[in-house]
Amino acid sequence: MKRRKVDLAQAPATIARGTDERFQAATPLRALLNKVFPDHWSFLLGEIALFSFIILLLTGVFLTLFFDPSMKEVAYEGAYPALRGTEMSAAYESSLHLSFEVRGGLFMRQMHHWAALLFMASIVVHMARIFFTGAYRKPREVNWVIGIILFLLGFFAGFTGYSLPDDGLSGTGLRIASAIMLSIPVVGTWLSAAVFGGEFPGHLIIGRFYIAHVLLIPGGLLALISIHLALVFKQKHTQWPGPMRTNTNVVGERMFPRYALKQGGFFMACFGTVALLAGLFQINPIWLFGPYRASEVSSASQPDWYVMFMDGLVRLMPNWQIYIGDYSIPPLFWPAVVGLGTLFTLPMLWPWLEARKSGDKRIHNLLERPRDNPERVGIGAMALTFFLVATISGANDVIADKFHISLNAMTWAGRLGLIIGPPLMYWLAVRVCLGLQQHDREVLAHGVETGIIRRLPNGQFVEVHQPLGPVDDHGHPEPLPYGGWVVPKKMNRVGALAPAIKGFFYPVEKPAEAPVSPGMPPVSGDEREEITSGR
Amino acid sequence: MTSVQHDSEADRQASTVDVFDPKVSRFDIVKEGLRRDEIEIITYESQFQGTNSKAEKRVVRNIAFLFIISGLAALAFLGFYIWWPWRFELGHTMGDYYTPALGLTLGISLFALGFAILAWAKKLLPHEVSIQKRHDGASPTDEQLITGQTAMFVADELAGGVQRRPLLKGAIGLAAAPLGIAAAAPLIGGLIENPHKGDPPPLFSTGFNPVHNNGNPVRLAREDGTPIRPEDISTGGQATVFPGIPGGATNEFADSPTLLIHLRPDDAEETRRNAEADRRNRGSMYGDYVAYSKICTHAGCPASLYEQQTNRLLCPCHQSQFLITRNAQPVFGPASRRLPMLPLGVDDEGYFVAKSDFKDTVGPDFWERP
Repeated sequence: MKRRKVDLAQAPATIARGTDERFQAATPLRALLNKVFPDHWSFLLGEIALFSFIILLLTGVFLTLFFDPSMKEVAYEGAYPALRGTEMSAAYESSLHLSFEVRGGLFMRQMHHWAALLFMASIVVHMARIFFTGAYRKPREVNWVIGIILFLLGFFAGFTGYSLPDDGLSGTGLRIASAIMLSIPVVGTWLSAAVFGGEFPGHLIIGRFYIAHVLLIPGGLLALISIHLALVFKQKHTQWPGPMRTNTNVVGERMFPRYALKQGGFFMACFGTVALLAGLFQINPIWLFGPYRASEVSSASQPDWYVMFMDGLVRLMPNWQIYIGDYSIPPLFWPAVVGLGTLFTLPMLWPWLEARKSGDKRIHNLLERPRDNPERVGIGAMALTFFLVATISGANDVIADKFHISLNAMTWAGRLGLIIGPPLMYWLAVRVCLGLQQHDREVLAHGVETGIIRRLPNGQFVEVHQPLGPVDDHGHPEPLPYGGWVVPKKMNRVGALAPAIKGFFYPVEKPAEAPVSPGMPPVSGDEREEITSGR
Repeated sequence: MTSVQHDSEADRQASTVDVFDPKVSRFDIVKEGLRRDEIEIITYESQFQGTNSKAEKRVVRNIAFLFIISGLAALAFLGFYIWWPWRFELGHTMGDYYTPALGLTLGISLFALGFAILAWAKKLLPHEVSIQKRHDGASPTDEQLITGQTAMFVADELAGGVQRRPLLKGAIGLAAAPLGIAAAAPLIGGLIENPHKGDPPPLFSTGFNPVHNNGNPVRLAREDGTPIRPEDISTGGQATVFPGIPGGATNEFADSPTLLIHLRPDDAEETRRNAEADRRNRGSMYGDYVAYSKICTHAGCPASLYEQQTNRLLCPCHQSQFLITRNAQPVFGPASRRLPMLPLGVDDEGYFVAKSDFKDTVGPDFWERP
């Protein structure tokens, strides 16, 4: 039998055909290659969360290779002289070892921590984008709920993560977590004993937090992120209104090549940001905090920023204790358990609450500009103000110290701010939205302000407006309908100025020749005469 | 992924392009694919006028430059990683710059790569506007009906069958409920610890309980375990003390850290007056000395900031403030309960002892605190 020649040029086609015979991949693969994505900078925010999560997985796996999740007491004999001879848990010792005696270990640890902060920050900003543009409306309510659960999981991932080194700061955080569990009526002491394996701190909590942090919570995150993205894919991305864009189409670019390539570039830029932060900005210097001792704490004990709102709420809570017979509910219960629960469940219900109130059961694929739904913006401003006041109050001792303000005054300001701030911001946000809408309508009705002031024969000054549409017989613009999209407000937006010439140091393109009117040829240099006084 | 199928016969007939025709260009075949995916391509044009324009060359040069920067920075990263001294040494050393050097080089490398890719995608690839149809809303009503009926059929086969056979109904119930609980029990049961177990119950006792010292009063000790005498603390001074038992200063006795304060005489007078008026704190002071639990009754942080001038203890975690002269009652912040007072005494050798354990419950508050 004659041996057939291997034709390398035919190999890709052969492999592709073979794959398709087995998996019928051709049609779905083409649909994937061709899928159209709308583009806008604000759609990137969620991607940052995804990219940070990938960085977290990569760096986190490295950290597990060196971390010892044990609370066994050991005497430190490592490279950091200030702590030599100190009794500490093996978890803290291995974290110090990772920071000082593993090549690049500190860099990886700081990258992990910074990526975690970026992950949570991008989730919050992404969520704000979704909220203020109404992207959570039907049919995307479920993805909104998943997003909030992702924030909650990230919150717990962060807390369990920064508790692991078992340093002085994180131990204090654990103590507060134990106190929060204790504050729950009826089952509190049982819950805390179950989590800590007896009385605080016990010997088990680091091991338990470790498995939660490296397996259970990331598993949940991974599963929910997959569903989150699959739903975005299935339901197709929302888009801003604009030319050609309707509720029943997607206007943008195909996923390949340009869109996917851009995503790859953004991922690298995101990764670069984390690397720069991790290298240049110290984060969580655990060696300065010392091992956890129940009797030691320093001032300015703050959790990571996404937990600070909780800490702030706990600080602001008045000391109202409720007694029921021989039993009592400590004040810690309200902000830390009821507060956290409410802050996460209420937003989950929001899409349905809004639909119920407005009676709007239609499908929405076009985003709404914030100004076009003032009430929603008001609610969002309320929520953000509440979050911000609570977060600032989480650092009120630092603010009091740095700005020489009374600590008690800071607490009272926070208490009052939490109550007065949100309604005030609601009112302000609604007014701003209505004002912006009003201005859009004004421009649609009268045209763009040109900056040209004309004096009328009777001495009155008026500004000349450039109508955006047709004019009637008297030269007055015919009012244009309000479209819910950007209205040009400056003359260069309607082509009054030529676009800038490209090039940083020198022009790379010749500027387009200015059109010359045959009736008025440009004046050439020769014909000009010097102006003299005439004498 | 689009769920719409385009391989129907009608679809193929609507095709205007014979994709098997060798004369058809590749882009025409691509457009046929787009048509089948319900995509209309509106614009697909190069961002440069003509081929090889000056502007295009400049963009290509810039992108190439970025790629090269990325590679060089990556090499620099490797160089730093391998050769730069990195071990920690005391003082200001070269090693201090190890992590910043890694971050800077890796950051620059990744940033340059990212911008190179972005510039490539945004500037070199043709500008595109495509429109794809959406298919929102519910499935066709007949599909809904068929699926619903199928589900009902399945439910009927199972549940309806059980309904008709009452014996099965009871038996399944008897099997499922215990098995469900049996499956959950080992998962949860192993975690349950009785918080009130033990003698003395750990929630209500500390290392100062005489149980830990064979029934004798427990001495107050410093962190290193040495006992402490009244004259060791000057007037207006304070010290953190622990139970003078093995491991008394470790986290095994996380509720035991105590603040021993030597008050000034006038403050001590006021403190004593208030303590004597209180049923549980009566007789707990020793001379001008008073000892309060350091564990905040709010969230369990050490309430360790002692303001000598105002006689307040401040917890740095949530800023609860306790007035020392008034039985350590909370005067500001979220704490609702006073700090427990440790009954002080002095033993034969002149060292401080705890006459008994704290009489109030130490640590954060909970539901069943007496």
